[in-house]
Parts: sequence; structure tokens; C-alpha cells
Amino acid sequence: MDKQVIISISREYGSGGHEIAEKIAKQFGFKLYDRSILDEIAEAKNIQIEYLEKYDEKPRKLFGSRRVGAYTNSMEEIIAELQFEYLKEKADTGESFVIVGRCSETVLQDREGLISIFILGDEQVKLERIMKKYNLNEQDAAAKIKRHDKNRKQYHNRHSANKWGDSRAYDMCINDSKLGIEKTTETLAYFIEERMK
Amino acid sequence: MVAQVLAVLIFVAMFLLIVIDKIERHIVTLVCGLLTLVLVFGVAMQSMTAVLETLNLRSIFTVGFWYVSGSEGESTSGINWATIIFILGMMVMVEGMAKAGFFRWLCMKLAKLVNYKPIPLFITFMIMSALLAMFIDSITVILFLAAVTVELANLLKFNPIPMIISEIFCANLGGSATMCGDPPNIIIGTSLEYSFADFLTNTGVIAAISLVIIIFYFYFVYRKQMASDSAANIDISSLPEPKEAITNKKDFIISSIIFGCAVIMLVTHAQTGLTVAFIGTVIAIITLIAAGKYAWELLKKVDYKTLLFFVGLFAVVGGLEQTGILEKIAAFIGEVSGGNLKLMVAIIIWISAVASAFVDNIPFAATMIPVVKSLAISQNVSLETLAWALSMGTDIGGSATPIGASANVVGISVAAKNGHMIGWGKYCKAAAPATVIVVLISMVVIFIRYC
Repeated sequence: MDKQVIISISREYGSGGHEIAEKIAKQFGFKLYDRSILDEIAEAKNIQIEYLEKYDEKPRKLFGSRRVGAYTNSMEEIIAELQFEYLKEKADTGESFVIVGRCSETVLQDREGLISIFILGDEQVKLERIMKKYNLNEQDAAAKIKRHDKNRKQYHNRHSANKWGDSRAYDMCINDSKLGIEKTTETLAYFIEERMK
Repeated sequence: MVAQVLAVLIFVAMFLLIVIDKIERHIVTLVCGLLTLVLVFGVAMQSMTAVLETLNLRSIFTVGFWYVSGSEGESTSGINWATIIFILGMMVMVEGMAKAGFFRWLCMKLAKLVNYKPIPLFITFMIMSALLAMFIDSITVILFLAAVTVELANLLKFNPIPMIISEIFCANLGGSATMCGDPPNIIIGTSLEYSFADFLTNTGVIAAISLVIIIFYFYFVYRKQMASDSAANIDISSLPEPKEAITNKKDFIISSIIFGCAVIMLVTHAQTGLTVAFIGTVIAIITLIAAGKYAWELLKKVDYKTLLFFVGLFAVVGGLEQTGILEKIAAFIGEVSGGNLKLMVAIIIWISAVASAFVDNIPFAATMIPVVKSLAISQNVSLETLAWALSMGTDIGGSATPIGASANVVGISVAAKNGHMIGWGKYCKAAAPATVIVVLISMVVIFIRYC
């Protein structure tokens, strides 16, 4: 079996990080895990997918949730933990894959083949991308970006000792607004190839 | 005045930090406890006596801490080491029982006895939950009961959520029946010098009456769902045998005997004079000796964080006690009630129930004990009556919401990890009215019997 490679891609909302993850997965022939892992968890546990999506990558509610040792009543945290377990099981199979978000750089930090990347972008570029994608005006797009990034940051920081987007927590942080999606993908692919050697 | 303000600020900060749950709760209480010792007692009061009384270490080295003859019992303030040592001992014993497969075996055995039929299973598991929680912490009871319920639900094709919610409620109810069932009761019992029998003949009676009514209540609430689940046709010969749950027969027998001894010692401790601290220590030592080479493994599994949480908590509450804040609260309740015992009971039971539904009932109970003590003296009313009101309010109030008691969180978590999501709405729809019913029953029984 080839050496296992797990590419963890974290991203700012609107940065195009997900698109880059798709391209990298395709280029290396790896399976891409993102929101789609919710489908598999929903099927395995017989849970309605809408329920999982409602709480996916969201921070727990400050009032109304409580933790007792390893147990919590917060649906956001339970669904996060179900995904973490799923990722660890996938990693245990020896399969190489690309994973988007889900605190994967922390959850899988002890795996030898982990390559962790954080993708960020210039505010204006992100705004234009979200305005175009969701047909929003600038104000609404800015609010959407702010809300999603806030959620991601809180979610990440709750489950990780490292801060979301802190360069010390990732192998590489890259602003894809400088080179664009294609060139950034190429740059990252080169980095990944070198790491795989 | 400065000391009082500081003590209240530290207490409020501790409560908020526990609710926000960003920092582990034992760290919160320990840091707040240390701040109480340094700022309140050291800087503001400059009282070494207050520090020593709150640390309360001297009490451990007195005979009365381990053995009480006649009525020489001495109630102490500050860190309640008897509670901490007792809980430690029970934790060790429960770890030993769990390792031997006792709880899983018991659940499977009862399920087999009722032929795996959902409705009898539903009622049996509610009763078992209440009975086990009388002697074992409700977290452990629910941890095993919810896991087996989910397993049986998958095999027998029924929805486990009604059963899990009912089991959680009954575990909290069962815990209210005895001195060792729920942490607030252990604290109340050790602080106010009540025995196991005192609880059993007072809160135990209320819990028994409530259990009968609550079984009917949950049956009524879930009867339609249960009836549709009962329709599934399952081959019960394919189900796991109870004996498969036993990991080691010798360990199983030993742990069952130790559990039996613990129950006997607790039931008779008023007659023998053995304190709960003594019982906890003896049970832990016997369990560790019986575990042999696995003793270290058992010790490592003990939830030290909870014990440290208690240490810090008692120190913070000691701050409120030493500065006289709690006496002011007691005086306020006395004033509002106009010396009317019924009104005092109603205030204590409902405030305790509502507060416990949303915040951890352990700090609440620890804070309220000096309040009811002071209230009983200042208003010249029965301390026992107020203590039972506090016990029922804190123990039962926690059942109302998913965050009210530890057992609720554990049950919901076990269910959710197996694909059965219990949100606030689903939980409260069944449990909140049940809580109101039991608090009402408790209040009426206390009125009739003691007022």
C-alpha cells in the first residue's frame, strides 16, 4: 500500500478553498470529504440529514448546553464529535483523502501523513465571489462572510488548542487572491508532491 | 462590607463561568476557591481562622469524622471532606462493578425477564433506574441504562427516546430518595448530620409516591408510541444472553458482594455509628484489594475533576458563609414568608427547583444549606422540614431541562451518538410537566406531614 496522505484544507468563507480542495482531490485521485460525510453518518446512524446539516460546523449555544466529562447535550458538539470519529475511522483504514474543514488538522494531528493547509483571501475578492455565487448585494455578502467566519472560528477554537487561521497550526497558509484558484492549486500541488516524497 | 462584596463577586463569577463552560469547571471552582481564601479571608477579613475553618482539614483527623457515637455529631462548615471522601469511595466501587459487567448484566437480565416486550421493558427500566440511583450515582446508572436501551431498541426495533427520557427522570427521582443518591443529598446529609434512614423515611417516601404517579404519567405520554413499537415482530432467541455481559465471573461475584455490603453499611450507618466518610473509605479499600493488579487501573478511572470541583466549590461557598451573606439571604426569606413555615417551604422548594433546572444543582444546594440552617434558627422552625424541601427541590428541579442534571446530559449524549437526537423541545415536552408534578407532590406531602 502507498504511504497514506491526508490533506486537510481549512478555509475562510468565500476564499474558494473548497474549490481548491476539489481540484487537489481530483489531481491526486483522492476522495474528497466535506459536508458529504454528513450523508454517510446520517445513513449509518439513521438520522435525518437536515438535522445534521442544521448543526454542522456551528459553535455550541452558550446557554442551553452543558458538558459532563466526555458527554454533552449540545447537538452542535455531538455532531462535531460524530464527524471527528468518522474521520479517525477513515484515517485508520489507511486511505488517502482530502478533507475540508471539520477541525481536521487538529483531529488528525497525530497522523504521519497529514498535510494541513489554511486558505485565506482578500476581503474584496471574497466579497465579489459570494455576491456572484448567491446573487447578493455587497452589504448582505459582507454580513454572510462575517457570520460564517465567526461560526467557523468559534467551532474550531472550541475543539482545538490552536486558533483558527493561526499560521503556527498549519503546514502552509496561503492567500489565494494573489494567484487565483488555478495557480494556487498548482502551488499547493507542488508542495504536497514534495511532502509526499 | 468589602469582604462580602468580594465573596459575592467571586461566587457570581464562578457560577457564570460554570454555565458558560469555556473553562473546565473544576479549574473554575479551584481558582475561585483560592481567590476566596486569598482576597476575602486574607486581604479583606485578615482572618486566619476563616481560612482554617473553610479548609476544614482538622475535621478529618477527629474521631467524629469517621465514627459517631450517640448524638455527639458535629456539623461543620467549609470544605465538606466527608462528601468528597464518600463520593471517591463510591466512584471506585462503581468502576469495579462496571468492569465486571454488573450493570449490563442487570439490564439484560431484566429485559429477558419481561420477554423483551416494550411496555413492560419501559416500566421495568424506569423502576430499575430509580432503585439503582438510590445507591449509585445517576450518571453511572444512566450511562449503562441508556446504552442498553439503545442496543435493545436497535434489536427490537423501537424508538428508545421515550424510554431514555423516562429513565433519566426516574434516576433523578430515585437519587432524591436516599442520602447517597444525589450529590445535593450527600452534602445536605453530611452538613446537617442526617442519616441514610432519615432520608429514606422522609424524601424516600415522597420519591416512592412520586414514582408511582410518574410511571403512569410517562405511560400516558408515550402510550401511543409504545403501542406502535410493540407491533414489531422480533425473534427474541437471537438476542444476546445476559450472562454474556459478565466479563469475569469471579470479579462479578466480588463486586456484587461489595455493592451489597455498601448498601447494608449505608442503611445501618445510624445504628452502627459509621459515617459516610468511613463507609466510602472502606468500600474503596475493599474494591482496590479485590481488584488486585487492576487496582491502579480502577484508581485511574476515578473522576478526580469532580472531586476537585467539590473542593473549590465548598471554599467559595465558605466565603459566602464566613462573610455573613447567606444569613442575609436567610433573613430575607424569613421576612418575605413572615415566619410562615408553609410559605418558607414553598419558596425553598420552588426556587431550588427552578434554579436547578438551569444551573448545576450541586453549587446551588451547597449554597442553600447554610441559608436553611440560619433560617431555621432565626425563624424557630424545623430545620428538617426545610432540608427535605431543599433536597426535593434541587434533586427534582434538575430533571426539567436537558442541562438541569448530569444524568440528563449523559443520557442525551448516549442517545444522540447512536442517532437518536433529543433536543430541548423533545426533552422538556415530557420532562418539564413531570418535574412540576413531582415538585407539587413533594410540596403537598411536606405540607401535610410537617407543617
